[in-house]
Amino acid sequence: MEQQPILVFENVGLSFGAKQVLRDLSLSVIQGETMVVLGQSGSGKSVLLKLAVGLLRPDRGRIVALGQDVVGLSEDRLRVVRRKVAMVFQGGALFDSMTVSENVAFALREHTRLDQGAVGRRVVQCLEMVNLASSLNLMPAELSGGMKKRVALARAVALQPEVILYDEPTAGLDPIVAGRINRLIRELQQRLGITSVVVTHDIDSAAIVGDRIAWLHDGRVDFVGTMDQARAVSPGPLQDFLQAREA
Amino acid sequence: MQHHIPGGSGPGRLVRHIGALTRLLWEMLRCLATRRFPFRLLLVQLDQLGVKSLSIVNITAIFTGMVMAVQTYYTLGRLGVKYFIGEAVALSLVRELGPVLTALMVGGRVGAGITAEIGSMTVTEQVDAMRALGASPEHRLVIPRVLATMIMLPLLTILADLLGILGGLFISVTEMNISANFYIEHVLEAVSLHDVFSGIGKSLFFAFFISIIGCYNGLSVSGGADGVGRMTTNTVVAASISILVANFFLTKLFIMF
Repeated sequence: MEQQPILVFENVGLSFGAKQVLRDLSLSVIQGETMVVLGQSGSGKSVLLKLAVGLLRPDRGRIVALGQDVVGLSEDRLRVVRRKVAMVFQGGALFDSMTVSENVAFALREHTRLDQGAVGRRVVQCLEMVNLASSLNLMPAELSGGMKKRVALARAVALQPEVILYDEPTAGLDPIVAGRINRLIRELQQRLGITSVVVTHDIDSAAIVGDRIAWLHDGRVDFVGTMDQARAVSPGPLQDFLQAREA
Repeated sequence: MQHHIPGGSGPGRLVRHIGALTRLLWEMLRCLATRRFPFRLLLVQLDQLGVKSLSIVNITAIFTGMVMAVQTYYTLGRLGVKYFIGEAVALSLVRELGPVLTALMVGGRVGAGITAEIGSMTVTEQVDAMRALGASPEHRLVIPRVLATMIMLPLLTILADLLGILGGLFISVTEMNISANFYIEHVLEAVSLHDVFSGIGKSLFFAFFISIIGCYNGLSVSGGADGVGRMTTNTVVAASISILVANFFLTKLFIMF
């Protein structure tokens, strides 16, 4: 694995009103790896992902994605970054006025000048990857929770991004569907070399998809290492979290 | 970048709202200048916001015209000038009631609809997803709704003026034994082009207020379904107040010219 950071957070701080969510957070994600960010609810995990694509701006600190400092970038410059850094939202965030195929085609139409036929072929290709090629014309309201997340994944890979950010990809899913999503994340990394950042509090999922684990606690990253190293750390909040989930 | 989330309270909050609203307007203008015009989305909104408001506008206008005729007949009747119903109905409708009542009715329907729709998209992260996919919510959501409202409200106002006058005609003919010709002659004598254009001019401003408040509040929603409900109510109140207050100043402005 090439040891080159593709996504870097340096001393990032962010508050919402009086609530300080992140304080002096630093984290480096290496190209080609899957980094899992673990943390309790409300610890700022999802905020971290939104910061990476410029959906939120930090109060202080530096965030570098693909060599570009995204803090303070204009919307037009952010568009270039967002073409290469895709995000899969917790509930899928599919556009509910559009069909499945229109959702997957959205970024292609926004960023490329592909003709209708080429867009259609790419849409089918992406949906085949998540086993949903037969759902092209369904509306999001007709999909189950797991199907929505798979369509969201197909939408995220449509532009062949270099990095995918996953916000709780297995939350609310039964173990079989969750397993399918975990395998998809792994496949994308292994087949296409996509770097992934997975925010979750699902320990099983973290163990399956993660090359490294980052433990987010009290607004900072307290630990970065493999799952085995995480299990071996001395008693503390991370151990409590891992044991509570595994109990 | 999330633009539309002013928090806190007091005067600082007002300043943040003004700042966020200014940013929204700037972003709209920037998108209009730099991105492909969202023609297809505009057509959808012309239908959603304009064509589907026809029934509410028609009913409001016809019954307002009829009430105006009845009230004028009985009020002016005591002064012995009951034959001026045509003038009274037409002038009050074209100058004031047509634009204001149409804006209030459309404001309630369209403003609330815009906030509820965009607000639901905001709380389900569809607006964030749009940005994350490299699209601009100002371009895809705000511009088509603002332009569609600004195109359709003046047209609906003209229709409301006509239907209101027809409502007055119906009452005059059926209940007051005034001939249709007499009524129409008086209407045409009374109403000038200036009156018509001042009404249309007002409705352009009202349309802008309704749609921009609806979009701004939709993008500012936080806190789930509860937040969507709160902001939708807020839009109806804010749009109605801005229509009524702006009407006073616009009336003074149009009288000067």
